[in-house]
Amino acid sequence: MGLGAIHAGVNLVAGYPGTPSTEILETVAKNNDGSIHVEWSVNEKAAMEVAAGAAYSGARALVTMKQVGLNVATDPLMSLAYVGVKGGLVIVSADDPGPISSQTEQDTRTFAMFSKIPVFDPSDPQEAYDMIKDAFELSEKIGSPVLFRPTTRVCHGCASIDVADSYKKNVPEGFVKDTMRWVIFPRTSFLNHEKIEKRNPALGEELSDYKFNSVVKRNGKKGIASGGVSWAYLNEAVSQLGDDKFNDTSLFRVATPFPFPEKAALKFLDGLDEVLCLEELDPVIERALIFTAGKYHLKTKIYGKLDGTTAAAGENSPESVIRYVSSFLGIENLKAGELPEKPKTPVRPPVLCAGCPHRASFYAVKQAMKGRKAVFCGDIGCYTLGNAMPLDMVDTCLCMGADVTIAQGIRAIDKDTTAFSFIGDSTFFASGITGVINAVYNHNDIVLIVLDNSTTAMTGHQPHPGTGITMMDFFEKRKQGIREDIANAVSIENILRGIGLSFVETVDPFDQKKAIDTVKKAACEPGVKAVIFKAPCIALEKPKRAYSVDTDKCIGCRKCITEIGCPAISMNEGKAEIEKSLCYGCSLCETICPVGAIGVKGGADD
Amino acid sequence: MTKSILLCGVGGQGTVKASRIIALSGMEAGLYARTAETIGMAQRGGSVVSHVRISDSPIASPMIPKHTADVLIAFEPGEAVRCIDYLKDDGVVIVNNKAVKPVTASLSGSDYDGSDAIKYLQDNFSHVSLIDGDLICEKCGSDKVLNIALLAGAAASGELGITVEGLKCAIRKQLPEKTHEMNFKAVDYVNGLLKQEA
Repeated sequence: MGLGAIHAGVNLVAGYPGTPSTEILETVAKNNDGSIHVEWSVNEKAAMEVAAGAAYSGARALVTMKQVGLNVATDPLMSLAYVGVKGGLVIVSADDPGPISSQTEQDTRTFAMFSKIPVFDPSDPQEAYDMIKDAFELSEKIGSPVLFRPTTRVCHGCASIDVADSYKKNVPEGFVKDTMRWVIFPRTSFLNHEKIEKRNPALGEELSDYKFNSVVKRNGKKGIASGGVSWAYLNEAVSQLGDDKFNDTSLFRVATPFPFPEKAALKFLDGLDEVLCLEELDPVIERALIFTAGKYHLKTKIYGKLDGTTAAAGENSPESVIRYVSSFLGIENLKAGELPEKPKTPVRPPVLCAGCPHRASFYAVKQAMKGRKAVFCGDIGCYTLGNAMPLDMVDTCLCMGADVTIAQGIRAIDKDTTAFSFIGDSTFFASGITGVINAVYNHNDIVLIVLDNSTTAMTGHQPHPGTGITMMDFFEKRKQGIREDIANAVSIENILRGIGLSFVETVDPFDQKKAIDTVKKAACEPGVKAVIFKAPCIALEKPKRAYSVDTDKCIGCRKCITEIGCPAISMNEGKAEIEKSLCYGCSLCETICPVGAIGVKGGADD
Repeated sequence: MTKSILLCGVGGQGTVKASRIIALSGMEAGLYARTAETIGMAQRGGSVVSHVRISDSPIASPMIPKHTADVLIAFEPGEAVRCIDYLKDDGVVIVNNKAVKPVTASLSGSDYDGSDAIKYLQDNFSHVSLIDGDLICEKCGSDKVLNIALLAGAAASGELGITVEGLKCAIRKQLPEKTHEMNFKAVDYVNGLLKQEA
């Protein structure tokens, strides 16, 4: 998709990291000859607006985000649908069926319908590459932003693809003033709304002939409709079960779910008694087919998520598609080799890495608040994992930035509690600042804990305003080992002081004594207090040293396991043991060992 | 000809890199290659699975249908058992014998050490190669050679679609130069061990 955008002559790319969309913008940055403006914006709304400005000026602009990021960018998106663009604007919003690493299983195709914007739905990396260009062309042709929705299995993987040998760069005209066009007013919105409602059905007709919207008509009475990666699974099912089993089955692949290619759908539905829909997330194709069948008084029965034929939630897989198809067409299912009962495999939830500074920060707050009533509001990032036992330090997690404001709401009702909000550095810039201003303005008591590891860790270590490094030379600087541009960096501490906080302390979380004392002090003060725990993400650092356990001193109390849950520590024959390949030498276990049995190379005394 | 290879392990062990090495080697050989990787949350000590498919004709699904994988490369015994449903009846298993004990197991005082998992694999599958990952890493002087050691085991089985020489070529092309020597050492060492066993 990144290459597709470059080969479509893109001029500006803006986005906010989010699995599984992050690598698209990174690909553009890595292959940028310097002529493309590439930025991680502070959040998705900012990215959308930056890209809109570029597209107003005749540029081809790409915006990237994950599906929940589109919620943040909805405000500009809804209005942009009415205002339109001059240069092509393609918005990639990557969906995450499963969900594998998201809060919701929302569907960008539904968002397309809601915002009345066309959407492309590629089923593999080659199509994604090809379709990006089509999306830019369509955007310019109709003067509207266009959505593009890949899913995890299209995003996260390798594939051999054919790419263009050469490409033409788009040369933007620059911004041309036109009040009626670029300033949104109720009167113009009314006129634009009428135009959009007229445009979309006509566009659906036109897209019926789009090469990726395909209809294969066969003689039987049954048909299968699909889109996205489920279409790839359907093709896999055909090769696993045998082509001959599908000789009588009509097939319909929907690559532009909105505006729905109704003409193609009618051709597909013609003469069919039953249709099976295979898709992930919302029943978009299924609903559109039911609508089409109703509109034209067809008797075709449509099966899918709505009647429970296929699963309402979760990801599809080759097996589930083979199962659905076999049952629909009456094919005997492939026999699966029966395996004897398996031994128990350990549950392996994701955990904070060994040496992660967040562990030390959470532990310090936990120690400081021992015996006191407190609530811990968490947020989106690696530090959501502070929720796991034994830390158990995340009581709420809703969406980006909500830790700051939810803590205020809880404290307003539950007046004898101390309300903590934990926020990462990138999340603070993305959507935490307004919440802090809200607290100051409304005299809401909270302790804000900023977990500053100087990177956007969860999504793969992207820079953010606090690092001062931009995507124009991030990879170049990374090669040179430069991770910070101090002159250009935005200071969290200065922001907090600027908002009016008088209690702002920056502490190294591995200095546990100071960390605990600072939190205790903050918890006793009225108003909004902030503690910034600053220590770099270990994934960016070389291990400092490896700790080990002096087995003669270890009393087997398991405190190092039950208190901090470091994945490098386990018990072996009644004694603690540190896996040296995992240890980063953070020193937290040394701090909490009651008998001084843990230290660098075999004991604290060594 | 389609070769389907499932790699599984624990976040941080180098499974994703290993899957890319196989895929890129396939592409170098002029074949179609697809992978599907779990990354993100799972990076942090969670279970990680990578699907790799290499073929002389276009590949529809990036995910391997269950009971059809030719090779299972497991970086951890328990993870091998978790993913064994993907393997075809006479498929090959290459498994690191070292168990990675999760925090949950340490907390609950479970005695999980991977031995039940290895016994299960050996009792129910005829082509199981155990790789002593710890020993090889120690011999080669780095924990980072584990993924290459397992790939070497898989290449030696002849089911990977990449020869041992092809693997060395991939190392040369895809890994940083300073790691070449230790990775070659791992490949040779694993080959030596497997020849002795044979």
